[in-house]
Amino acid sequence: MTNIVKTISRFMSGVVFFFGVYLLTNGHLSPGGGFAGGTVMAGAFVLMVLAFGDNIMHLRKTKEGSTIIENLAILMFLLFAAAGMWLGAKVFFHNYLDIGVAGKLVSAGTIPLFNVFVGIEVAAALFTVFLAFVIFKEEEQ
Amino acid sequence: MEAILAVIIILMIAGSIYTLHARDLLSAVISYGITGFGLVICFLLLKAPDLAIAQLVVEIITLIIMIAVIRISTRKDLTEKTTIRVEGERYVNLRSVVYFVTGGVFILGFLYFFIQATSVLDPFGVHSVRMASVYIEQGVDLTGAHNLVAGVLFDFRAFDTLGEATILITAVIGVLTVLRLKGKK
Repeated sequence: MTNIVKTISRFMSGVVFFFGVYLLTNGHLSPGGGFAGGTVMAGAFVLMVLAFGDNIMHLRKTKEGSTIIENLAILMFLLFAAAGMWLGAKVFFHNYLDIGVAGKLVSAGTIPLFNVFVGIEVAAALFTVFLAFVIFKEEEQ
Repeated sequence: MEAILAVIIILMIAGSIYTLHARDLLSAVISYGITGFGLVICFLLLKAPDLAIAQLVVEIITLIIMIAVIRISTRKDLTEKTTIRVEGERYVNLRSVVYFVTGGVFILGFLYFFIQATSVLDPFGVHSVRMASVYIEQGVDLTGAHNLVAGVLFDFRAFDTLGEATILITAVIGVLTVLRLKGKK
C-alpha cells in the first residue's frame, strides 16, 4: 500500500482498538458488549495487516497465537461460569460477585468479566479466519 | 414507519437478487452489502442499537474478508447450463433438476410454516413479552446492569451465550481445517 494508507492506518488502528476496548468494558452500561467490541478489536488488526502487507507480521506464528488466545478466552469464560458452582449457590453461571451500584463502571457482578472474555474470543476468532485466508494465498503462489 | 421499513426491505431484496445474477463476483459482494447495511437501518428504526452496532461491525469485517478472498481467487462467476450436449445429443443436467426440486420443496415448506407461525402472532408493533416482562421490570435490580441486553445475554441467558461462543470456535476450527497449509498424506 502507499505511504498515505500506511501512515493513516498506523494512527487509526490504535484508536479503533481502544474504541473496541471501550465497547467491551462499557457493555453493561451502554449499547455494545462483547460481540461488537470484539469485532472492532479484530478490525484494528485486520487494518494493520491490510495496510502493511503480509510480510510485516510473522503471520504463521500470529495465526497460532490467535488460536491459542481464543481457546484460552473461552476456557476463562467457562472457569468463571463454573466458579459460581462452589462460590455461590449450586447454579452454573451464578452471578456470585457483588452487584454494586447500577450505573457505575464496576458493577453488575460477573457480567463485565463475561463481556471481556467473549470479546477477546470473538476478536481472536475473526482475526484467525482473516489470517487463514491470507496465508492460504501465500501458499498458493 | 412501516412505509420506510417496506422501502428499505424492497431495496434489500433488490440487492440480493442482483447478487445472484451478477457476473462479476466483486460487484456481487458489494451489492450483497446492501442487504447487511439495510438491516442496520432497520434495526436502528426498530430501536435496537445493540443489534445495530453488532450487525454493522460484523458486516464490515465480513465484507473485507470476502473482498480479500475475491482478490486472491477469481472474479468470474461459474455458470452451469441446464442441458449438456454429448456427441450431438442433448441431455438434461441432473444437478439443475435437483436444484429446482429442492428449492421448490423448501420454498413451499417455509411458506407453510410462515403462514402457520404468523397466524398466532400479535399484529406488527405490539410487543409479545408475556414471559419476559419480569426481566424488563426487575432486570436492573437483579443483575445490576443498566444495559438490559447485557443483563439478559450474560445472566439470564448465559448458557445461550456460551453456545454462541462455542459455535464461533467450531467455525474457526472448521475454517482452519479446510484451509490447512499442508494436506494429510
